Amino acid sequence: MEYVIFFASAFVAIICALLVISQKNPVASVIYLIMAFVAQAILYIQLSALFVAILQIVVYAGAIMVLFLFVIMLLNLRRDDFGPEKHPLQSWLTRIFGIVLVAELMIMISRGVGQSESMDRAGAEFGNVEQVATTLFTKYVFPFELTSILLIVAIIGAVVLGKRRAEEEEG
Amino acid sequence: MVPLEYYLILSGIIFTIGVSGVVISRNIIIVFMSIELMLNAANLALISFARQFADPSGHVFVFIVMAVAAAEAAVGLAIIIALFRNKDSINLDDFNVMKW
Repeated sequence: MEYVIFFASAFVAIICALLVISQKNPVASVIYLIMAFVAQAILYIQLSALFVAILQIVVYAGAIMVLFLFVIMLLNLRRDDFGPEKHPLQSWLTRIFGIVLVAELMIMISRGVGQSESMDRAGAEFGNVEQVATTLFTKYVFPFELTSILLIVAIIGAVVLGKRRAEEEEG
Repeated sequence: MVPLEYYLILSGIIFTIGVSGVVISRNIIIVFMSIELMLNAANLALISFARQFADPSGHVFVFIVMAVAAAEAAVGLAIIIALFRNKDSINLDDFNVMKW
């Protein structure tokens, strides 16, 4: 049963990831990306990372992807903005590089399969909110505080970049 | 229990798809989404290792990666809007001012 869930989620995640990069329309890409994220959230639940699975759905599939959709809507693209056809040489080169990447990956995989020990060391309460929070607020409290500074810098940066200049507003 | 390698293989495949997306796609928004895919593949590997070694530090790392991804998405999308305002295009081939 675990294998069935794993392979189903893995299949959905891989197919959706492939569809994300092969769509012309960015809105369709965003929808497939959300599906890939949900499939990964199922895998997180299987790895008993419940808190992270919920975060994945709420923060990633929810907030960040809505931000993407919002920006696509804001750009108000026309159909010809999705780009002209590629140069044929370019398109063939990309395919060759993609195949080379996958081949390298397969070589690395073939060396590693069957070398790990079993994953049964984790207890029943592993990965619940209490345990993650205890680790976050004791051992990693300084990186956690730094995250807040990073988020503030990102907010200010986004506002500054998104702001229209004064002369544009007059015109 | 599904062994660790399976999760790492899946993580590697998704990461490779993300890299290919950055290399192949000419649409700046899809390049951006490929970066999100790569971050997620890394998250999957972190979660699998956390389970393998029964150590919740991996979950904390994923939490921080998500915060960084949110910050990166906000700034990156603001940059995309600024680019679109100047060039009226989201095709990466049009942004060649600094190309020699």
